[in-house]
Amino acid sequence: MMTLKVNGREHQVDAETDTPLLYVLRDDLKLNAAKFGCGLGQCGSCTVIVDGKAVLSCVTPMVLLEGKQVTTLEGLGTIAEPAPIQRAFMEEQAAQCGYCIPGMMMRAQALLQRNSKPTDEQIRAELEPHLCRCGTHMRILRAVHRAARLMDTAEASPAANRSAR
Amino acid sequence: MNAPVIIDRRRVLAGGGALIVSFSLGSALAQQPDAPAAAAPSPPGSLKTSPYLDAWIRIDANGVEVFTGKAELGQGFKTAFQQIAAEELDVAFESLKLTTADTRLTANEGYTAGSNSMKDSGTAIQNAAAQVRALLIAEAARRLDLPAESLQTADGAVIAPDGKRLSYSELVAGNMLHVQAQPTSKLKDPATFKVIGRPVPRVDIPAKVTGAAAYVQDMRLPGMGHARVVRPPSYGAQLSECDTSAVEKLPGVVKVIRDGNFLAVVAEKEFQSIKAMNALAAAAKWNETARLPKQDDLPNVLTSLPSQDTTIFERGNPAVGIQKTIEATYTRPYQAHGSIGPSCAVAHFVDGSMTVWTHTQGVYPDRQGIAEMLRIPPASVHLIHVEGSGCYGHNGADDAAADAALIARALPGRPVRVQWMREQEHAWEPFGPAMVTKLKASLDGSGKIADWNFDVWSNTHSMRPGGAGSMLAAQHMAQPFAVPAPKPLPLPEGGGDRNAIPFYNFPNARVVHHFISEMPLRISAMRALGAYHNVFSIESFMDELAIIAGADPVEFRLKHLDDRRGRDVIEKAAQAFGWKPDQKPPPDRGYGFAFARYKNLAAYCAIASEIEVNRETGRPRLVRAAAAVDSGQVVNPDGLINQIEGAIVQSMSWTLYESVTFDDTRITSIDWQTYPILRFNSVPESIEVHIIDRPGQPFLGSGETGQGPAAASIANAVANATGKRLRNLPLTRKRIKEAIDA
Ligand code: FES
Ligand code: FES
Repeated sequence: MMTLKVNGREHQVDAETDTPLLYVLRDDLKLNAAKFGCGLGQCGSCTVIVDGKAVLSCVTPMVLLEGKQVTTLEGLGTIAEPAPIQRAFMEEQAAQCGYCIPGMMMRAQALLQRNSKPTDEQIRAELEPHLCRCGTHMRILRAVHRAARLMDTAEASPAANRSAR
Repeated sequence: MNAPVIIDRRRVLAGGGALIVSFSLGSALAQQPDAPAAAAPSPPGSLKTSPYLDAWIRIDANGVEVFTGKAELGQGFKTAFQQIAAEELDVAFESLKLTTADTRLTANEGYTAGSNSMKDSGTAIQNAAAQVRALLIAEAARRLDLPAESLQTADGAVIAPDGKRLSYSELVAGNMLHVQAQPTSKLKDPATFKVIGRPVPRVDIPAKVTGAAAYVQDMRLPGMGHARVVRPPSYGAQLSECDTSAVEKLPGVVKVIRDGNFLAVVAEKEFQSIKAMNALAAAAKWNETARLPKQDDLPNVLTSLPSQDTTIFERGNPAVGIQKTIEATYTRPYQAHGSIGPSCAVAHFVDGSMTVWTHTQGVYPDRQGIAEMLRIPPASVHLIHVEGSGCYGHNGADDAAADAALIARALPGRPVRVQWMREQEHAWEPFGPAMVTKLKASLDGSGKIADWNFDVWSNTHSMRPGGAGSMLAAQHMAQPFAVPAPKPLPLPEGGGDRNAIPFYNFPNARVVHHFISEMPLRISAMRALGAYHNVFSIESFMDELAIIAGADPVEFRLKHLDDRRGRDVIEKAAQAFGWKPDQKPPPDRGYGFAFARYKNLAAYCAIASEIEVNRETGRPRLVRAAAAVDSGQVVNPDGLINQIEGAIVQSMSWTLYESVTFDDTRITSIDWQTYPILRFNSVPESIEVHIIDRPGQPFLGSGETGQGPAAASIANAVANATGKRLRNLPLTRKRIKEAIDA
């Protein structure tokens, strides 16, 4: 048994200690957003935020996460109350199949939390670990720019801008 | 919001034969005034094969439900179909419920493939909706004793001149919609469209960007076990020994399944099944045979395999004089679909009945294959489409469905979810076939093309199921099913010869399809099939000829094209790009142009692009692209733009980076390091897509129209930047560097 803090709540997880975080999230906690894409750290579709940093959950063993804060896309907002990054992806219609998108969003969210006004170059560099096979890249870039603007406006009303730790 | 995917079987339509409706259908469904005199004998789109209106539209007290036999693959069809139904029925878009491919609920529309969904299903839904609306008006007219012409429809109700409303739910009684569609429908005037033609936001995106269950990968049924398959290390490998006893004792392992060369393990939890899979793979001993061709020599291997040769096009005009003749050979390697999410399926075997949730493109053909594999009647197999990661053709989806079924049969009563590993997806998916084209053409004295010869060598481009033999699990069982004999796909759509016939007007032309039945690597349908390479070849060669003729590539194309809509997209793309006949790109940059009408009968697409080439490293970079597309009546312009943007970016990745690699025995490109694709550092600065809308014209498929023109436009830009023509795909930095240095 291990205690894991995910999306602000503590969970008792009964999994073998070498289990990568991805499977704990999907299998034990029944969360959907972090996706299995390669299990090899090559595609980014499993990305979540741990203590403010984007992390590839498929290659991060659960034991390393004792006492840390894990945030998944589910922890940012909901359909009814989307976080700025979620609103931005909806408004830009930034998905085709969408399978790669949650991972992209989590890395973008981590970037925007430490740099609220990233340049286009910085966003591209940041998203380098992520693959999208549908070719949604142009929209993903636009959505991250839009999210930066939305967060900027949201700053005035901090309640609307839950951030991931 | 983390609820499992809800399985909705609540409204399986009660059976019952065709009933005669109590009023005259003929008057309700009067033909369009401008319908051609010789009316089509059968109704349009998929109504041809599934003519009952209630196969498409059902109305009851809960509202209106729309059905399609097609599957959402990330193209946004759900939204487009809903728009079409809302428009023709006069029902609020949000109030509609849409059910997609399910062998118990929807029409059999075969595969969701070939950019045919709008043409097949979109057209069927549009006409069915219009005819249902006419029936509802007729019924209201009867009840109110008013002439039908005096009635209107709005927001799910028929409205009388005095304002009295009869809701559709009230009007539909019994089997009223269980009638066959008429050949023609009273469609709305496109000028009055309120929903069609609008960029309605996609219905599936909110769930996908908030972590709601959206994919078959996200399904969690009560008591579900997690399975993994151990695939052979190479094609044809035979399992010689496998001691499973240690694996069976691993934590959480429920069962090890061995059936001939089919090996799988089920565990309580997903990571337990992965660990067990690794242990099982280590315990398995295989006999392998070296039987793959030499990768370096692939074009020669292909052209020397026995082939069935057909002249698919011939036109002659000996009066034309010839001045100059050139020849060239173009090649394409095997390429992978490479879905980001490895294939997955969930299966549940209860009381002799198998249910499979799958991201296949064809629930009905897969049902047939799985029934055959399990040796049970098709009626005992139920396939339900649930979205997966984008597939771009026949990837591992159908195989995963068969895997899940075979595993679930061994665990009756227990749902089983299987997902492939990345390495399995890369090694075992059926690849897009390698191809070779040889072109020879001559110019006349005026710089026009006088004759044109095109030879294409290719395998089939579809080994999709129907029978069990197309599925890996069935091939690997102890009592295996043989891989069915490949067949060339018939023209006009074609397979290896898709888009091989030039769309331009050449006085003399001859096109030969060399169909190769031997398949050294496992292959099947990949987005655009042969059109990707054929358009790459034709449009590259057009540029080679234009250069010799001293003509601007855009003008050269227009000079050989009469088709008005084709000319329009060419002119639009050129104008949007800022193309000028005497243009000079900046140093190390090049401009390229290409055009095609997909399948010579679907959407038109022209693309201009700007490439930058690093002369030191050879690295090419697509700087920007401008495209124009005409896909007939546009239903959702933003959805169409999304598809074309995606096609350009994906085709750019195929064209610049991708080839499946192999040694004499095994596939060696087995992950994203050994099969690199586009990453963000190579994403263009801008892609502009311009739509030429054709109100009232038939829907033309567009999901695959961009692949060929994007490839050729990029290749032409590379040639423009470097002065060197590269004819072998992919145009890697190594090849470009070698060409520059040569
Ligand atoms: S699934 Fe983790 S990087 Fe691909
Ligand atoms: S949207 Fe399909 S993989 Fe990115």
